[in-house]
Amino acid sequence: MPKQLIKGNEAIVKSAILAGCRAFYGYPITPASELAEAAAKYMPLAGGTFLQAESETASIYMLFGAAAAGVRAMTASSGPGISLMQEGLSYLAGAELPCVIADIMRGGPGLGNIAPEQGDYNQVVKGGGHGCYHTIVLAPDSVQEMADLTALAFDLADAYRNPVFVLADGAIGQMMEPVEFMARPVEPRHMPWAVEATPETRKNLVTSIYLEPDNLEAHIRKLEAKYRRCEREEVRFEEYQTGDAEVVLMGYGITARILKAVVEQLRATGLRVGLLRPITLYPFPVAAVQRLARSAKLFGVVELSTGQMLDDVRLALNGARPVEFYGRAGGNVPPAEEVARFVRRIARQYGVAVAEEELAHV
Amino acid sequence: MSEFSVLQQKAESFYPNYGRKAELQHQTHYCPGCGHGIISKLLARAIDELGIQDRTILVNPVGCSVFGYYYFDVGNIQSAHGRAPAVATAAKRARPHSVVVSYQGDGDLAAIGTAEILHAANRGEPITVIFVNNAIYGMTGGQLAPTTPVGAKSTTTPYGRSIFNEGYPLHVCETLASLEAPVYLERVAIGNIKGILQAGKAIRRGLENQVNGLGFSLIEVLSPCPTIWKTTPQDAQKRIREELSKIYPVGVFRDLTGDRGARPAALPAPTLNELPALLELDAAHTFETPDRRPTQAVDWRIKVAGFGGQGVLMLGEVLAEAGLAAGLDVSWLPSYGPEMRSGTSNCHVRLATHAIDSPLISRPNVLLALNEPSLRKFVHTVEPGGWVLYNADTLPPDCRRDDVNFVTDSFTKIADGIGDTRVGNIVMLGALMEAAHLVGDEQVDAALAHTVKSARWLEFDRKALVAGKLAARRIVQGVVQ
Amino acid sequence: MEGTHMATQIKPDRGMVEVNQEECKGCGLCVDVCTPKALQLSTGLNRYGYHPAEYAGHGCNGCGLCFYACPEPGAITVYKRTLAEPVAA
Repeated sequence: MPKQLIKGNEAIVKSAILAGCRAFYGYPITPASELAEAAAKYMPLAGGTFLQAESETASIYMLFGAAAAGVRAMTASSGPGISLMQEGLSYLAGAELPCVIADIMRGGPGLGNIAPEQGDYNQVVKGGGHGCYHTIVLAPDSVQEMADLTALAFDLADAYRNPVFVLADGAIGQMMEPVEFMARPVEPRHMPWAVEATPETRKNLVTSIYLEPDNLEAHIRKLEAKYRRCEREEVRFEEYQTGDAEVVLMGYGITARILKAVVEQLRATGLRVGLLRPITLYPFPVAAVQRLARSAKLFGVVELSTGQMLDDVRLALNGARPVEFYGRAGGNVPPAEEVARFVRRIARQYGVAVAEEELAHV
Repeated sequence: MSEFSVLQQKAESFYPNYGRKAELQHQTHYCPGCGHGIISKLLARAIDELGIQDRTILVNPVGCSVFGYYYFDVGNIQSAHGRAPAVATAAKRARPHSVVVSYQGDGDLAAIGTAEILHAANRGEPITVIFVNNAIYGMTGGQLAPTTPVGAKSTTTPYGRSIFNEGYPLHVCETLASLEAPVYLERVAIGNIKGILQAGKAIRRGLENQVNGLGFSLIEVLSPCPTIWKTTPQDAQKRIREELSKIYPVGVFRDLTGDRGARPAALPAPTLNELPALLELDAAHTFETPDRRPTQAVDWRIKVAGFGGQGVLMLGEVLAEAGLAAGLDVSWLPSYGPEMRSGTSNCHVRLATHAIDSPLISRPNVLLALNEPSLRKFVHTVEPGGWVLYNADTLPPDCRRDDVNFVTDSFTKIADGIGDTRVGNIVMLGALMEAAHLVGDEQVDAALAHTVKSARWLEFDRKALVAGKLAARRIVQGVVQ
Repeated sequence: MEGTHMATQIKPDRGMVEVNQEECKGCGLCVDVCTPKALQLSTGLNRYGYHPAEYAGHGCNGCGLCFYACPEPGAITVYKRTLAEPVAA
């Protein structure tokens, strides 16, 4: 199959258009600007809309308008812009509107810097907006997955009538890898609930207001049931050499790629290490963590943050196994050798057998 | 009765009963004497008269205007405080045949939503905005609005609005009239029946403009709020006439309805079959990669480093493309974070016969150093047995190592000889290929042809490649293998 | 309407107004705008506790201004006489 060497950010846009997305509303920010630039180039050619909005706040409400009118729509940003979008995300979830948001994470808090970080986990996975809602969060670790998970994001958004995030870090967004795009583009589809300015859809109403407490609670329960179904049916993860793993490492995005190299390095020294990589951060692969906890001695979580996904691992384990954490922040991405030192240290600390010749070098 | 016929009755665009309301389903939630009811009635009448009920989308944001969807039998989108123009923008663009009405109060439009309204107007979005200015926050119980008169008391200006604390009343029509794009801006005041009838005309024109494909229209309506103003409906209308109309003079602030033609219609969308080529995913832009990978296992971990403008990223991209053409798994990672401070630029390229785990390269087996700082920074990270290509006549003594292969030459000077200093990176690429044979010549050429779009530059690059090879052939004979 | 028929010597009204008591909130704006003074607020209360407007029974000139002055979408319906001259009794 033909492949294209392409940046992660651009792959998202091409995949989105192939998946039937016909509206991109966004605001430039490093390291996500290539998304807006690619959308500006390709969306008009595809018969869609690209508009550079006045702010990320406006962008997310433009998604609201486009989605309410039944069009597959997306935006992209990085930490500071995603923070501004939180209000709109709450409204989108409340009004049950499907849309896709790509977050190409950079360093924070505040202006931080433009280097890769994973500090948006909490605001994206836990939801920074008000009210009881979730966004579905997909975490690609390659450019191919940037394309594949973007297409999946649109399907999940429609199926659950909910915003879906593609959460990547600056490294995955900026790097180029070969991508095989979907062979058959998707026809933009009709949503029966949308307000399309037609006689058939005239009585349709998109809203998130339920004035009566009983009505609002019923709506919240309905959303809750939807999220429970999502947790049952949509969990995705990758296991890498976990079969006999005594140390289970966990990480997502660029960190997972580094962890694969770490697993390779440490396996070569006789340490039984594996990787559990969540592909869906919400819903989190709780059952997979619990299953591996039955055989593993300990878990090691690695993030480009001071520990955010860490909390979900701890909740999933609920004390069943010890969890150790290694985090770099500020835009520093640790090489595999550095992470391997951490893993050797915790393995030793918890009495995991290591080949003698390897111990001599530590 | 038979000799009477209906002159005026409830508009068709209203629901007969307001089933979406919890109680009192044949009354609006508006207070006695409220201007919203009158404005709604004028809007519904205009929708009826223009025959656009089926294609109208009403955007209801926050405030007393939030419940428009109780009453209007049209497509309804409820929105957040201030964001209605952004929602309306995208709904209109999604459904260009629609007639989109954003119905906003003064807190909504003139305070929290100033960015959205200003930019929707400035883009000339073909929507109709009804701006209800009653100079107070009604729904939330009487707080200051940006349009509250100087000296007026509200629950958040208990001593009266002060020009030193809250500033002056905001004039929306006047502000928007400073923009070029809007087609129609009019302020009306429903302080008496004359004003009401004028408001009806203005609202109808605002909708007509959209039906005719024209741009942005806004009708500001000075509207009574007897309950929060703590007055009677009659005195509220009097205040409109005697006070608010003085601060906010009524009239047409912009009317280009006769001058502006209809906006161009969108181009027809391409067929799905046309999409891949439009997205540059056709054969000219992709590699049909070989089914089988090269049999001899390789894992080239290449770091390219130099200053911005030396073609560092492009050199890496050509290498990655060449690897892809050769059927290898490839990755290209630019350093754009702390590593690229003070103008340095580098990228990590990995070409391997196996699936690439980390694209991050900390122990390269090839270093392409386009300048001295880059050499100094990375030379000691190179794996023993690896290659270091350095862009200078001589190697600094403290960078010497016996366990790696050096190819040292002023590749940029060679490029100068070819005619453009900017192909120095490709000269170095040629030298690398000659020295280390990462991939075949035909794959490098295919990658160059793929990456370099201009025929003139491609010719330069091909010359540079050859020159680099010749240079390396001279040098490599002397290096430790 | 029998009244208009009986009073054949009086020029018949050009219009007629119906006020929906369920919708009216008694703001009185229709009463103020009615030049022939054909509308008035009822002395009684409707079920919401308002004094609703009511048609005096005669005097409407069919101008329709009360319809526009009224803030309730469906509270007022205005009729006009369709024939130029009244039918002889």
